[in-house]
Amino acid sequence: MDLNTVLQLLDSSLRLATPLLFACLAGLFSERAGIFDIGLEGKMLAAAFFSAAAAAVSGSAWVGLAAGCAASLSLAALHGVASITFRGNQLISGVAINFLAAGLTVLIGQNWFKLGGRTPPLQGDARFQNIDLPLASTLESVPLLGPLYSQVLSGHSILVYVGLLSVVGSWYVLFRTRFGLRLRAVGENPGAVDTAGVSVVGLRYAAVLICGLLCGLAGAYLATGLSAGFVKDMSAGRGFIALAALIFAKWRPWSALGACLLFGLLEALGNRFQTVELAGVTLPTQLMQALPYILTVVILAGFVGKAIPPRAGGEPYVKER
Amino acid sequence: MNKMPKWADVALIPVINLILALAVSALVIAYIGENPVQAMKIMINGAIGSAYGWGYTLYYATNFIFTGLAVAVAFHARLFNIGGEGQALLGGLGVALVCLAVPWPHWTLALPASVIGGALFGAAWAAIPAYLQAKRGSHIVITTIMFNFIASALLVYLLVNVLKVPGSMAPETPRFPEGARLPTAYDFGAWLGFTRSAPLNVAFFVALACCAGVWFLIWRTRLGYEIRAFGQSEPAAVYAGIPPVKITVIAMLISGGLAGLMAVNAVQGEAERLIIDSVQGAGFVGIAVALMGRSHPLGVLIAALLFGALYQGGAELEFEIPAISREMIVVIQALVILFTGALDNMVRAPVARLFSGFGKGAA
Amino acid sequence: MAAPSAAPAIELRGISKAFGPVQANKDIAIRVERGTIHGIIGENGAGKSTLMSILYGFYKADAGEIFIGGQKTEIPDSQAAIRAGIGMVFQHFKLVENFTVLENVVLGAEEGAFLRPSLAKARTLLTDLSREYALDVDPDALIENLSVGHQQRVEILKALYRKADILILDEPTGVLTPSEADHLFRILHGLRDEGKTIILITHKLREIMEITDTVSVMRRGEMTATVKTAETSPTELAELMVGRKVLLRVDKTPAKPGATVLDVSDLRVTDDKGVERLKGVSLNVRAGEILGIAGVAGNGQSELLQVLGGIADATGTITLNGKPLKLSGKDSDGRARRAVGITHVPEDRHKLGLILDFAAWENTGFGYQHRPEYSHSGIMDNAALRADTDGKMERFDVRPPHNWLAAKSFSGGNQQKLVLAREMEQNPELLLVGQPTRGVDIGAIEFIHQRLIQLRDEGKAILLVSVELEEILSLSDRIAVMFDGRIMGERLPGDTDETELGMLMAGMDGKAG
Repeated sequence: MDLNTVLQLLDSSLRLATPLLFACLAGLFSERAGIFDIGLEGKMLAAAFFSAAAAAVSGSAWVGLAAGCAASLSLAALHGVASITFRGNQLISGVAINFLAAGLTVLIGQNWFKLGGRTPPLQGDARFQNIDLPLASTLESVPLLGPLYSQVLSGHSILVYVGLLSVVGSWYVLFRTRFGLRLRAVGENPGAVDTAGVSVVGLRYAAVLICGLLCGLAGAYLATGLSAGFVKDMSAGRGFIALAALIFAKWRPWSALGACLLFGLLEALGNRFQTVELAGVTLPTQLMQALPYILTVVILAGFVGKAIPPRAGGEPYVKER
Repeated sequence: MNKMPKWADVALIPVINLILALAVSALVIAYIGENPVQAMKIMINGAIGSAYGWGYTLYYATNFIFTGLAVAVAFHARLFNIGGEGQALLGGLGVALVCLAVPWPHWTLALPASVIGGALFGAAWAAIPAYLQAKRGSHIVITTIMFNFIASALLVYLLVNVLKVPGSMAPETPRFPEGARLPTAYDFGAWLGFTRSAPLNVAFFVALACCAGVWFLIWRTRLGYEIRAFGQSEPAAVYAGIPPVKITVIAMLISGGLAGLMAVNAVQGEAERLIIDSVQGAGFVGIAVALMGRSHPLGVLIAALLFGALYQGGAELEFEIPAISREMIVVIQALVILFTGALDNMVRAPVARLFSGFGKGAA
Repeated sequence: MAAPSAAPAIELRGISKAFGPVQANKDIAIRVERGTIHGIIGENGAGKSTLMSILYGFYKADAGEIFIGGQKTEIPDSQAAIRAGIGMVFQHFKLVENFTVLENVVLGAEEGAFLRPSLAKARTLLTDLSREYALDVDPDALIENLSVGHQQRVEILKALYRKADILILDEPTGVLTPSEADHLFRILHGLRDEGKTIILITHKLREIMEITDTVSVMRRGEMTATVKTAETSPTELAELMVGRKVLLRVDKTPAKPGATVLDVSDLRVTDDKGVERLKGVSLNVRAGEILGIAGVAGNGQSELLQVLGGIADATGTITLNGKPLKLSGKDSDGRARRAVGITHVPEDRHKLGLILDFAAWENTGFGYQHRPEYSHSGIMDNAALRADTDGKMERFDVRPPHNWLAAKSFSGGNQQKLVLAREMEQNPELLLVGQPTRGVDIGAIEFIHQRLIQLRDEGKAILLVSVELEEILSLSDRIAVMFDGRIMGERLPGDTDETELGMLMAGMDGKAG
């Protein structure tokens, strides 16, 4: 493998890691507040569809982004109503949201565009264009770091950089602000938050909505940055992989970045090398494609260290007598 | 507070939930610009208005009984098995291998063998997530979803590279031998008006037997008692000397086995060969069926019939009104899961208040 | 209007609260004078905690008024209670385990949107407060690394940090050693002398007599009396609590101990956090005697029961009638223990002893589902279970006597009788009993105590764990005291008293001290 291949691989790793990263940070906020969310997948899918649809109609990726976030936020609110207000089972609510998104996107897509559930292909400003970071071409000649900067880090759509900034932002909000302190507390011991006179319900809704917003970004990037339009089931399990990355990252923002880059790299490898020869045996395409899923299981099996989830996760809060 | 009569809990609330789900579905249809009432008429008529409709409705229902029971058994152990899809895919592999391995002389011999093959392969696919959950606490919801993806990749690989007819482009196995063909509704029910096209076959009776079997397992056997106790409280189960690892694994093996049995209906009974996507979402429908049926075999049976009708009616609907695509069924299914599963308290609390109000009025 | 200084710190008028058919508080009226320690005493379920939850905004009263410092005050939520100057120390601490002391104190009372300045400010204030009231804790320690006594101080600091004038403590000594409790009382005295008002909720008469200025007694949701502590006696208070004369001691004849049934030596248990919970426990129980294990909760008694009952693994040796038991791996679980004749009434009947959603008859077979009388070749004999349950319900006076009712529909006392009936009627070699009367009403307590003595007199060995010293003293034939995973000493109930046992429970050798 020459340097160029490596650079290209890293470049597409970063691109493929971005939707995972948004979704992973989304899950981070939700789960840190004690709300399990296996509906990341559905929210991402809904956002992908509505952003592609709005972008196709308006011709603006930004309008698409807003529509995608709105769709994802609506589903997040639904999850909030089910799991916070009505204290329903969070897993079941998430499953329902995944199916709802899978069905509605195609149904409405067919109704709107008559393309079998796809949106029209996006062109020009309907997609997020790649931008070159300052001095990218100037620094190209610096050995090693130059190509890394100009070929890997530079030249992505704005959402990739938003994703990287979200890591910093999430870390700051969670660990350096009053809101973050309360949010982490409500995922560990909602009783402590409640008796301190802070609304458990309010905090959890806030967390769930932030989760919705970030899933919206994930979906919008998927349809208007990474691809050029919506295709049925295009999230392809990324929401679940993001959850695995979250566990791998032990619910910490910086580790989440690392975990998502790892999964991105894996997907990039699978895309680039359809078949791989290893010690004389040809690994089939299907194995390469299933690699992220297999790694997810391996990570969940805890072969990479024990992770302790937020203690109040998944349990609806009921005041005790 | 717990003054609600049992019939309200097992019948009234699910019915209200279902009505809510259908009402929202009607709104979706209205949004698409079609008439929900007319759509409903087409669906009902298409599903149960003719022997032709019944032949499909009961065929789909058979699939959903298997996958619904699979989810229900896991639910009793408080395990959420979303892997029915993958387990049924692997069940299909098991059934296909059994059917192709031997030149079966008669279906009465082939059926028991394929039942074993399907159940074994389905159970095996559930075994790893079960073991990881029991021993390492890996979240079974995520691992079973991952196993769905892996199963689908595995099946594609096998059908493309190993099992397909040499020289053929189609990624499917050869047709099963004639002796493995299961009698269809036409064979045993022509007098009821079933035609040759009806995919309904004897696997339906296997499904009914499974309902009875699961009922007996859960409510009459010691294992069922232990599964329910474990599902209610793991610490209490440990106190009572019920081994958590064993119960988790056994419950998931039974669950996966039931999901795998679906292939007897879909692969052996209907397609008579293994194709790429033999499950077609039935594994996920099982979740809605189990939730609606309150994890009770009788409830699962009723819910499966309902969803069978929904699938057949939905197919007719797509045929009559092309604007309403097949995904409408997925939407309805999602809404049923949402209302019967996640938003249950939304209906339960007012109904309970209503009943306690009656109680006070009478006192 | 009266002068503000004369107004009571808290006055409640006509407070009522019902949960469904249960009237938890009935027309409660109480005046708590400023700068006093006011005790509220009553049995389990008398309505003390409900009343305090209303005062702290957790529940809304159905009727009644609250006056704080003479002002009529609405308390719809905890925020309002905090604004009104009320601080609450719950029985189960409301602390975030993996946060620091400082973070816990600041939570909900931060100065601004950013954490650093808030924490810096709080640190100074916290240091001052700790010094002022001798509430010595390290602000940077994680809660999960603190002892319960220190965690409780954090709770008090939390209230003081929020400028509470009125401090409510719910059963604060339940988890403390006698010396920790003494320290707490000194802190409370200090707070009172600074002009704070303190409400102490407890069911322990001794604490009331020792520390309060005034005491109110609650019974079945009603406030039955408020008296000056100096003008009352424990006996009078006990009668007010229960509503009749109380039998403080159980009638029993001296034990006639037989052969050694249970022999435990050098038992060690390490929990999943790596903390050693049992540090070499040795003891024995003979046939026809009750060995009582005294100790403050959390000193290894639970682990001892769990090992003997087959729930937790351990190292060391245990023999039953001379035969060694396995302590880990195969044949060390609850089923194996029951097979050799060890039955177990667990400390927490809700979490362990019963499946709350199962019917009473299903619970009768719980743990014994393999017995031939309840199942044959894998099939449960439901008819036999129902019949057996009917008999047990009659013999143990379980009410209502309906075997089809779910376990959760019974009262605490009747639930406990269901568990006791199941475990005592299995003809055990050894009966393990944890907290037999926790959350049980007085009538049922007497019944349960008599049954335990009766079983002893039938020649069975009984190991009793209780945090109620009175219960230990009245039931046991021998008493072993546990502290920090060790047996501190053994005493005969006739040769010892609460003071000596209390010293042992605090880890001090009674004789030397």
